[in-house]
Amino acid sequence: MNTCATHAGSPQSADRRSFVRAVGVLTGVIALGNPLAALLPSRVWAVELRVLSSAEAAALLALIRSIAPHDTLDDSAYALVVKAVDGDAAASAEARAELKSGLASLGEGFATVPEEARVLRLKAIESGAFFQSVRIKTLMVLYNNPIAWAHFGYEGESFSKGGYLLRGFNDLKWLPEVPLVDSGAMPFG
Amino acid sequence: MPRFELNDANVVVIVGSGAGGGTMANELTRRGLKVVLFEAGKRQSLATFSQDPGEAFGQLTWLEPRTQSGTWDPVKTSPTLPAWHCRTVGGTTVHWTAATPRLRPYEVRARSVYGDIPGASLADWPIDYAELKRWYQVAEKRLGITRRNGNPGMPASNNFKVMYAGARRLGYKRVHTNYMAINSRARDGRGLCIQQGFCAQGCKTGAKWSTLYTEIPRAEASGRLDLRSECFVTRIEHDDAGRATGVVYRDAAGVEQRQQARIVCVAGNAIETARLLLLSESGRFKRGLANGSDQVGRNYCHHVLSFVFGIFEQPVSFWRGAVLAGVVEDENIHDPRRGFAGGYHLELAMLDLPTLPLIGLPYGWGRDFASIMDNYRNMAGMLVNGEDLPRADNRITLSLTRKDAYGLPVAHIHCDPHANDLAMRAHATRQGQKIYEAVGAKRTVVSGMTPATHQMGTARMSHDPGQGVTNAYGRAHEVPNLFISDGSVQTTAGAANPTLTIVALVLRQAEHIGREAAAGRL
Repeated sequence: MNTCATHAGSPQSADRRSFVRAVGVLTGVIALGNPLAALLPSRVWAVELRVLSSAEAAALLALIRSIAPHDTLDDSAYALVVKAVDGDAAASAEARAELKSGLASLGEGFATVPEEARVLRLKAIESGAFFQSVRIKTLMVLYNNPIAWAHFGYEGESFSKGGYLLRGFNDLKWLPEVPLVDSGAMPFG
Repeated sequence: MPRFELNDANVVVIVGSGAGGGTMANELTRRGLKVVLFEAGKRQSLATFSQDPGEAFGQLTWLEPRTQSGTWDPVKTSPTLPAWHCRTVGGTTVHWTAATPRLRPYEVRARSVYGDIPGASLADWPIDYAELKRWYQVAEKRLGITRRNGNPGMPASNNFKVMYAGARRLGYKRVHTNYMAINSRARDGRGLCIQQGFCAQGCKTGAKWSTLYTEIPRAEASGRLDLRSECFVTRIEHDDAGRATGVVYRDAAGVEQRQQARIVCVAGNAIETARLLLLSESGRFKRGLANGSDQVGRNYCHHVLSFVFGIFEQPVSFWRGAVLAGVVEDENIHDPRRGFAGGYHLELAMLDLPTLPLIGLPYGWGRDFASIMDNYRNMAGMLVNGEDLPRADNRITLSLTRKDAYGLPVAHIHCDPHANDLAMRAHATRQGQKIYEAVGAKRTVVSGMTPATHQMGTARMSHDPGQGVTNAYGRAHEVPNLFISDGSVQTTAGAANPTLTIVALVLRQAEHIGREAAAGRL
């Protein structure tokens, strides 16, 4: 992982114009080989957190990576889930309490212990509300952004490009073509 | 568009603008009747349909809360969304995937053919199949169904090539690109399918039939349709003689209004239709309007639904192309030797990347879960769509714990799958796996029961007023000017995606209403 978490805790560093002062910050650098690196204005990213400290955010990031471990998916996609969970916690005292105690229950050094150790700890809390709410949020956010779409090869909407009719909806060649009697001719002969 | 007076007691009120209500609006206005069409959701258009899957979901889906109980999977896997249907002008025809098979003759005689199955409340339909078939033919012409009436079939997508090759190797014979309410060629003033793969987000070319841009604009052009979107009907009222007199509703500003009516047609999707009848309890109808039989809300059917995915060595790119354009029909038979009554379709299906982990995959996390997602490019997919058996206690009731924004109890859904449903699902998902294994799948994945997308049976048709809510025309046994105009009236579920049947029954019902109204009997 190329993520580092830093505290933005000192009053001097706070942006006085902000309505909500960040508690923690999660930052990272998109790897050079990542195709996104060419598309984005900067490879450096940072997510300001409203509820989580930087240490808590690092633990949450490790938790999310354990739920959905895609080794080559950039941390910036996972950071979107961290941001969403943090946002939910900022909006609800109940969610905040669940999140804070849940992260504490992960134990010392959760973000840095080997994956097998993380999985063992998570199996023990799997049936609880904290794990399940982070799991659902991960499913909702991690795969619903352009970073993930590029990574998994999902091409998304096609209307703006004329659909897939002439762009590969039938380009599979490793199986025989379907006889026309069971399908239909292409509309543009 | 006209605005009829609230005290105009000569209008027909239709509640819901989907396959049933939208079609009914067109049919009645063209017969000269004045119609007020209520829709709880907003009006979108080809131009406003979002192409962001998450945003489109929010734009179109019925997101008011529901509560649920029972042993069916959505209690655990989809606690906030047990049923996935729409709240927008055009109803669920905006996000539907447009597969339009017919019911088969044996399916409308389920009680006679399957026998008395313990724990099921089977009944025969009060309509002869020959009569239903005649209306299927009318509906198929109206919707321009592919592979019917000379309309060319859909071309084969990558996903279908996989299904086809596997199914043929397994010996299946009736495998094709499905009967689809999607233009394979331009027709009826709408364009052709350009294989966007975004059927469920609203079809931006309008190639897919939806009442939003077919039936409803035609009704508007008659000058006799008053469409009230963002208006939520909360109650149907009646007079001392037990005739419906109109509806109470909340307008777009949330203000309570009353619209009088000579006829009321309810087409709110089977969950909300049952809820509205139950909410309309009165001194005369203590268990809910038209519910002397205690059948309103009971016998809720939603089909045996499961996804089966195959993961291959090479890419499929199954997100490209019309979602459901493929079917294996061979298992849509009644053959008790398979260990269950009734039959099923195996239909082509895919899910976009954001939706797949939410409703398409079995519960899981960690390396195994991630390895499925990692193979997204190389996945092929299908959906089991089978007949589930009606059960008296699988039902919609008014929630005891949740209320909506107006303080009205939301719908509560209780479902315990019948053993027959579970046996069918096991058989069907195994057959689906075999199809993919026959063409070299390195892995297959079977989902749990997905959120319900087909809602049926909660106000079923019956000859006997004690056994159902409506007669064979969907006319309430107890309220002569109240009609149920959606999938609620299906006596049993069959294995056919319900929209074509809804449209066929509504076309027939509209003719009945027109005839009765012209004769002064309504």
